[in-house]
Amino acid sequence: MTEPLIAVQHLGISFPNNQVFKDLNFKIEQGDFLTVIGENGVGKTTLIRALLGLVKPSAGHIDYYPNRKAIKIGYVPQFRNLDQEYPLTVEDFVGLNIRGWLPWLTKAEHRQVQTAMAVTNVKKIKQRPLGMASGGEKQRAYLAQAIVQAPQLLILDESTASLDNEMKYELLDLVQNLNQTSNITVFFVTHDLPLAKQYAKHYLALRPGQQQFGEMAEMSVDQLKGVTNV
Amino acid sequence: MFSLAFMQNAYLAGTFIAIICGTIGVFVIARNLSFLTHTLSEIGFAGAAFGIFMGWTALTGMLIFTVVSSVIVGQMSVKQSRREASISAISALFIGLGILFLSLSNQTSSYATSILFGSVIGIAHADVIRVAVLSGIVILVMLGLYRPLKFDSFDAIGAKVSGLWTTGISVIFLVLVAMSVSVAAQIVGSLLIFILLTLPAAAARYFVHTVSKMIGLSIGFALIGVWLGLYLSYVTNLPVSFFIASIECLFYLAALGFQRLRVGS
Repeated sequence: MTEPLIAVQHLGISFPNNQVFKDLNFKIEQGDFLTVIGENGVGKTTLIRALLGLVKPSAGHIDYYPNRKAIKIGYVPQFRNLDQEYPLTVEDFVGLNIRGWLPWLTKAEHRQVQTAMAVTNVKKIKQRPLGMASGGEKQRAYLAQAIVQAPQLLILDESTASLDNEMKYELLDLVQNLNQTSNITVFFVTHDLPLAKQYAKHYLALRPGQQQFGEMAEMSVDQLKGVTNV
Repeated sequence: MFSLAFMQNAYLAGTFIAIICGTIGVFVIARNLSFLTHTLSEIGFAGAAFGIFMGWTALTGMLIFTVVSSVIVGQMSVKQSRREASISAISALFIGLGILFLSLSNQTSSYATSILFGSVIGIAHADVIRVAVLSGIVILVMLGLYRPLKFDSFDAIGAKVSGLWTTGISVIFLVLVAMSVSVAAQIVGSLLIFILLTLPAAAARYFVHTVSKMIGLSIGFALIGVWLGLYLSYVTNLPVSFFIASIECLFYLAALGFQRLRVGS
């Protein structure tokens, strides 16, 4: 059996006047490709924030193996307000996520940036200001920035929502490649059921007050009525 | 020109100020804080008037007012939608206070004018030393904070979700801006500080596309403006602020033209 990376047990999250989750259970295995599906407002982004430690559970717990600090998480958020005049090149943007105190990048860090750009297929446009890149190129640059520190877990929050069909599959092919060749565990939030079915190994379907968790191959679309509009 | 001690001092102080303003400006523009910088100049004026009223130095009053208010504005303006309105409110309050304290302290209006517009003739050697020390502190803190500050300024959402201590960075940065405005405004005037903190960096981002190159070019634009402005002021006997403001505006307009050509082509 595959080792778990994160186990969520009896998780409850409440805000004043709003209980988002109650008794939520699932686990993310090492090397998994887990998709989280559900309509807008069921708490998908809240769940991500809880996994990142930005929201405190009001009940239950999230266990990280071996521990939270040992797991590097790369995250591609749903919204980023970078307009057409956003000045940084793709390369400089990707390098923003390299941590450290030196004002310049070391040779090793520079190589990390080059590798992240190579696997996300943005090396050709590395000198282009990100504001002038297309929607698909931008998403690939965000992905490159998220993986530049070689994370164990990659979280994608609706990253394909603004892309046309061809670009969606292009992006997910890259993510699948990372999942298979670099063994990066993927946590993919979407409400695009066909996309989820094609790439994911496990699914977590959320709807108010209910959840379903299981293997993607065993998922029946009929069970998911009310989870997505697909 | 350089045989005159006050011109030497003006060039030295102007050089240091151009370097810190050019550097900080890149982050001011990236964080959309131009309007706040403008407000800080006005708050600095009020602080100076308060300092004189209390019998302290103008600098002490300015530092207290700018640092405290920048942190308050920073906290109030977390939501982008209300940033401009809250800065306007603070700005109005402080200009009013500045006028009140100036009138209470019985200073002539020429003192207020020199805080707002600066006066190169009055730059003493001690002022140059003070600006040099401040520039050193600001540059050192910026170097120490460079990567997190860069991340937070150019990708605030990415920085926040990656667990960076963005609130701390924001407060430290605002204090740096406040310190620079206060000390430099003593010499070149708060109006000029605002110009140098925004226009060179705003122009630079259209020509180059990495943070380090933007800082380099922004410092370059600021230095050309200050050096040329001081020279033109010396030969024409007209205010230096006018020349520097005009030169920096030209750089900015040229940058917009350049961008238009590039996007259009």
